[in-house]
Amino acid sequence: MAILNVLVLVCVFYVVLLFVVAFGADRAAAQGRGSWLGSPLVYTLSLSIYCTAWTFYGAVGFAARSGLEFVTIYLGPTLVMIGWWWTLRRLVRVGRSQRITSIADLISSRYGKSNLLAVLVTVLAVVGTTPYIALQLQSVTLSFAAFAETDLAATTLPDMQSTALWVAMGLALFTILFGTRNLDANERHHGVVMAIAMEAVVKLCALLAVGIFVVWGLAGGIEGTLERIEASAISRFDVSGGRWVGLTALSAAAFLCLPRMFQVMVVENEDEDHLRTAAWAFPAYLMLMSLFVVPIAAVGLDMMPEGANPDLFVLTLPLMDGRDGLAILSFLGGFSSATSMVIVAAIALSTMVSNHVVMPIWLHFSGGAAMVSGDVRNVALLARRLSIAGVVFLGYLYFRLSGGGTALAAIGLIAFVGVSQFLPALMGGLFWRGATRTGALLGLSVGATLWLYCLFLPSFGPSLLLPQGVFDHGLWGLAWLRPYALFGAEGMDPVLHALMWSMLLNATAFILGSLLSFPQPLERLQGAQFVNVFDHSGTPGGWTGGMAQSEDLLIMSQRIMGAREAQALFAAAAGRQGVAGYLPEPSPDFLQELERALSGSVGAATAHAMISQIVGGAAVSVEDLMAVADETAQIMEYSSQLEAKSQELARTARQLRQANEKLTQLSVQKDGFLSQISHELRTPMTSIRAFSEILRDTGDLTGDEQSKYASIIHDEAVRLTRLLDDLLDLSVLENGQVVLNTQTGLLSDLLDRAERAAGVNYSGLTVARDRAAEAVELTSDLDRLAQVFINLIANARKYCDGTPPVLSIRASVADGHVVVDFTDNGSGIPPEKQAVIFEKFSRIGETKAGGAGLGLAICREIMARLGGSVSYLPGQTGAAFRVSLPQARRMAAQ
Amino acid sequence: MGKKVLLIEDEPNIIEAVSFILSRDGWEVKTHSNGHDAMEAVRLRGPDLIILDVMLPGKSGFDILAEIRGDLEFAEIPVLMLTARGQMKDREMAEKAGASQYMTKPFSNADVLAAVRDLVGA
Repeated sequence: MAILNVLVLVCVFYVVLLFVVAFGADRAAAQGRGSWLGSPLVYTLSLSIYCTAWTFYGAVGFAARSGLEFVTIYLGPTLVMIGWWWTLRRLVRVGRSQRITSIADLISSRYGKSNLLAVLVTVLAVVGTTPYIALQLQSVTLSFAAFAETDLAATTLPDMQSTALWVAMGLALFTILFGTRNLDANERHHGVVMAIAMEAVVKLCALLAVGIFVVWGLAGGIEGTLERIEASAISRFDVSGGRWVGLTALSAAAFLCLPRMFQVMVVENEDEDHLRTAAWAFPAYLMLMSLFVVPIAAVGLDMMPEGANPDLFVLTLPLMDGRDGLAILSFLGGFSSATSMVIVAAIALSTMVSNHVVMPIWLHFSGGAAMVSGDVRNVALLARRLSIAGVVFLGYLYFRLSGGGTALAAIGLIAFVGVSQFLPALMGGLFWRGATRTGALLGLSVGATLWLYCLFLPSFGPSLLLPQGVFDHGLWGLAWLRPYALFGAEGMDPVLHALMWSMLLNATAFILGSLLSFPQPLERLQGAQFVNVFDHSGTPGGWTGGMAQSEDLLIMSQRIMGAREAQALFAAAAGRQGVAGYLPEPSPDFLQELERALSGSVGAATAHAMISQIVGGAAVSVEDLMAVADETAQIMEYSSQLEAKSQELARTARQLRQANEKLTQLSVQKDGFLSQISHELRTPMTSIRAFSEILRDTGDLTGDEQSKYASIIHDEAVRLTRLLDDLLDLSVLENGQVVLNTQTGLLSDLLDRAERAAGVNYSGLTVARDRAAEAVELTSDLDRLAQVFINLIANARKYCDGTPPVLSIRASVADGHVVVDFTDNGSGIPPEKQAVIFEKFSRIGETKAGGAGLGLAICREIMARLGGSVSYLPGQTGAAFRVSLPQARRMAAQ
Repeated sequence: MGKKVLLIEDEPNIIEAVSFILSRDGWEVKTHSNGHDAMEAVRLRGPDLIILDVMLPGKSGFDILAEIRGDLEFAEIPVLMLTARGQMKDREMAEKAGASQYMTKPFSNADVLAAVRDLVGA
């Protein structure tokens, strides 16, 4: 079989393997079996997306062309990992505590959650990364072509463009499948990370295997290799000190700023302590990656024909020797490097594009209404998926337009300089409280402009984007504006020249802008939180809100996070505050927690805007500002203590007031109950007495009249009995004397029975059910449970005022708990009544709709006996009750 | 006789019983069974006597009584109040609101008849 076909087959098999690994890891994580997924080793391996195809193939080419200079690309990250461990830890801590989703989010979040900054960073990142993605596509197609040249069986060379297109489509599919499974960008993409880690192992093994083959198979051992190195041009290259320092600093900066590195290092980080392992393991990985670069380059220069592309030595040396297997392994190494870079870069960029460009625009056009009526979740996911496809497609487009020529080869360093422009704003934001949004905007704009003008645009060659005249005489004929010799700095290396000027002016603009401008309150708060992230993980209050907003917040959060997650978050917060139900006090702590949870889904700026739409704009109080502005530790502590005390007092007072209100209401109810019970007993007795007197005293009644009046007496007697039964039932339940009769049955059967018994058939009420979800086997006292269901359905029949009235019953099972929600489309229960509906003899209003107001009280007692609960669910379309109970009641409880 | 009674009460069985007793005694009985538009019913029927329940859907009997007394045309009309609550407080409230007579459920048919005759005769 032709080697090209084998290669395609191996590729397909390898891609299938990637899918299986990613899928398996996602499943394992979902089932909670994935503790090994979060190991420091996997984290370290995932960092290796730093080594793209550019480093895999290009390092050898680099060495063949300019000697040991390639080492700078590895040296920079190594220095960062070892020497800047402190900075990385700070970065990861900030990223986790603020639920940062991308580098754009981090910078925007630090400078007062400014979306303008986020957009700027996003655009620069996309511009800088697109050619890089094109470079990966090119490397795959070039390596394919290398195989094709040796393949005599192939009659036609494979079409480069179509290879690139297939690879791009496959990568987009993989990324969409595993990169957008959940909306919360802060949740880890276990599948993707696992696949990347596997690819890291593959590329390392491939490079080591080729290296060993070259040294011991071709060059005849270490001595032979050393002789060849000595003889080759590599040993004679003169490395200038300036270029060494410059390139090392550049790769160090890029390591911190590249969107894909930020994604794996900060966003996907599982545990801060993993950095400790990575600090030595990642440099070790880099060292192994670079171990055989020089031997391969030297042997390649020696043995390959003149004019062979040194970038492909890793591939062509084994091919030349007829080692097809090794060549395929080497190809897979390059393939891995390319694919893992594209996947992670696409995830990182799509998060930025959808959070900072698409979502704000969508929210702006759909207005505040969208938060309540639209499904933000689906829109966000769709935006992210489209962005992934868009980013990969842009890379492909760039590859086609640039013709896959040599212009691409230099793009690695050019992209590095581009993303390094984030560095001043990033580091300044982490270490300098004085840094402001204005400074960051100025610095970034200046740096980005210089980079575009001095490096990016000229990289396309003269006369393509910049006319030749600009190269020779500068912009508008001003000699000091020549792109390669700015301000008269002649004769410098273009990359170093651009790096020097852009970073110098970027940092200057950033510092001057920060010093001359005045930060907004929110910037000050965020600045303090970022710079002092290790001092106080608890943060000064940002929000103040009233009780009435909790329900609105819940409604909004349900749209974004999904109903289950939002309710769990609210219930947990309410539990911590000691409040029953789903509506916690909107305390500053809670609002901050909520904002962070939301920002994991839609980014900090958007989350902040959404909450402030509900809670109101005044996010920062004078006290907060005083606390931040005044650096004296005691005053800060004193004022924050005072503030906490006064807040606590206010909260206690509110709770006392609530308790008091409840007591007063209860006492009013007790009075009401006496009249109520009197009324309920006297009304049937009135009819009984009146008709029995009529029967007794009236001589000339017809037979029909007699039987009619007798049956009225009978019906009223039954009604009296029922009332007494209810009272007795309740008293038995309350005293705990009830005997439970445990049976096993299907939830759907039970609901059928309840629906019939509640008289739904003879009323206008429509009951919407999902029978598939109700196929749940229950072990409990089914008769008692049916009593609860009947009561809830009958209440909807009696009280629901929707037109037409619809009751929807939704069942779900989680962790052995069955949850059944009864939601109608009526006007619901007003908040002030929600607290008392489960009390005895409480009825909404004075209207007589039947029972004596004992139904829900009985339901509550029954559910308590069954080990479950029934509660009112606020923030739904109408009145909503949630019944939850264990799927199987413990026998011991009987 | 042939005098007109308006019975404002929401329990169908009690309506039936009172109607039966009064119509056999020669009264013309009109009924109305909710609180919202009780006052309109009073104006429409123009009765000689009103029998008014306290707990009505939509509006309490005390409020309706206040409206009746507030209308010049009916300020002096006899009103017999029926209530199933029977607490002292309710009796006082009824008297304050201007009820001509007050009866607690369950009542004896003879008492109702006597009270009605008494009120219209007086």
